[in-house]
Order: sequence, then structure tokens, then C-alpha cells
Amino acid sequence: MNVSVFVSTFLAASIEVIEMVAIIVAVGVTRQWRGALAGTSAGLLVLAVLIAALGTALQGVPLTPIRLVVGALLLVFGLQWLRKGVLRVSRDGWASGIGEQRVEEDVGDGFDWTGFVLAFRGVSLEGLEIAVIVVAFGAAAHAIASAAVAAAASVLLIGALGLASYRLVARIPRRALQLFVGALLTTFGTFWAGEGLRVNWPGNDLSLLWLAAVYVAAGLVLVRVVSDWRRGTAQRPRVQQPAAEGVSR
Amino acid sequence: MIVWRWIKAGVKWWLVTFVIGDDWRVAARIAVALLATWGLVEADVLAWWLMPLAVLYATVRSLHRAIVLER
Repeated sequence: MNVSVFVSTFLAASIEVIEMVAIIVAVGVTRQWRGALAGTSAGLLVLAVLIAALGTALQGVPLTPIRLVVGALLLVFGLQWLRKGVLRVSRDGWASGIGEQRVEEDVGDGFDWTGFVLAFRGVSLEGLEIAVIVVAFGAAAHAIASAAVAAAASVLLIGALGLASYRLVARIPRRALQLFVGALLTTFGTFWAGEGLRVNWPGNDLSLLWLAAVYVAAGLVLVRVVSDWRRGTAQRPRVQQPAAEGVSR
Repeated sequence: MIVWRWIKAGVKWWLVTFVIGDDWRVAARIAVALLATWGLVEADVLAWWLMPLAVLYATVRSLHRAIVLER
């Protein structure tokens, strides 16, 4: 066992695994676990086929355009959720949607293909990045096995943490959760799309933290602003009414 | 013929669900911001600030439009 390869691969892979687990938990809790887990399985299957077919040639896979496409799509979709979350929280309040009440009206009793696609994309992109990390770190030191064990340990550990945390996440009122998950997906989308365009993010992967903070803060501010806009539009007809009555008299 | 119809329906669902949503303007603004970011990167100009700003701008404009349409 090459300890330095193990530690460096574990740390590098953990960042990607956290992103992957965050997306799966977010999609599972807000939409449907069946779709999210099926998407995860399909992503892992595609990944296994890719790894088996390409092996160490994985290092040659062009990640930049994949990040751009996946990032841009996730960003646009995440913004839909952020926007819906802000609109609904500003209308119904933070506490609405507790328990089994659904956030998304379009998630019926059938299979959730939207959740499937979201989880699939997150798992396949992040999984591909983990595989590239394993190949890059392992091949450079001729210790592929150490790198692969480190990545597997990272997936198991952070996956277990994700499993443990989902009950906690599920306690958050659904409307609020939609806003936060929207901010999370928008964060990953912005970051990946930027990476795909070769943007130099300040703090590299740590910029995920400040991006998430900015979007969550913006979401919270926008809830207040949109409530004010609503009140303004609701009051306008009442303000106009006396004038109209005056004219009619 | 049936396969072609399935493919068309699948692409339409994917576009509506993941790209257009209920306000196509958001996707259009993000596309413009991505192009502008690419331009800045190519010109060797610091570009990391543009996407978050564009995201916030697109969100505010879209929310404002949604409230106006509620009237």
C-alpha cells in the first residue's frame, strides 16, 4: 500500500464524492428516492463500462466540454428550483410542506424521470472525475491499487454520511428545501460550467462554498423582496379603488 | 415510425424539463452569460465574477416577471 498515494487520492476524490452524494440526497429528498437511486445505479453502470473499456486511457477523456455541458444544464435546472422555491416560500411561508407533502407537483406516483436524469448526470460526471483522479494519481506513482482503494474508501465513508444525514435533511420543510436544493444545484452548475470554460475560480474547489453562500443568501433576500412585490401588487387595486369611486360619483 | 415519435417526445420532454422550464428567458440569459464568460477567458480577462452575477440577474428578472404576471 502506497500511503501517500492513498491519502492524496482519498482527499482529492472526497471533494468529488461530496458533490455526488449531495446531489443524490438532494434529488432523493425533494423528488423521489426511486428515481434518484435508479439514476445513481445507471450512472455507476455507465461508469463501470467506461472504466472497463478505457482503463488507464481514461486520462485522455476530455472532461472540460463534459463539465461545460453538464454544468450549464444543471445551472439552468437549478435556477428553476431556486426560483420556484423563492416564489412558494414568499407565498406560503417557510413552514409549509412539512412531512410527506410534495414540493414538485409534477412528481406523480410513477417513476420520476427528472430525478433519474439529475442523479445520473451527477453520478456519471463526478464518477468520471473520480476515475480520472484514481488513474492520474495511481499511474504517476505506479500504485493504481492504492489509489482505487482510497477512492472506494472515500465513496463508502461519504456515502454512509450521506445516508445518515438524509433523515435530518428530510425534516426541513419541503418548500424551504426546494429553495436550498435549487441554490445547491445552481452552485454546482455555475462551478462546473465555469470549469468547462476554464474559469480560474478564486479558491479553486473551495469556491463551491462561497458560491453556495451567495446563492442561499440571495434566495433568502429574494423571499423578502418578492413578498414585498406581492404586497405591492395586491395593494395597488385597493389604492386605485377610491379614485375610481370618486370618478363614478 | 413509433421509435421516431418516442425520440421526438423524449427530446421535447428533456428540453422543456431541463432547459426551458417555465421561463425560457432564464436559459437564454445564462447562454449569453456563458458566451460572455468564454469571451473574457479567451481575452485573458478575469472572468469568475460574471456567471454568479448573471445568475442573480436572471433570477431577479424572472421572479419580477412572475409577480407581474400574477396580477
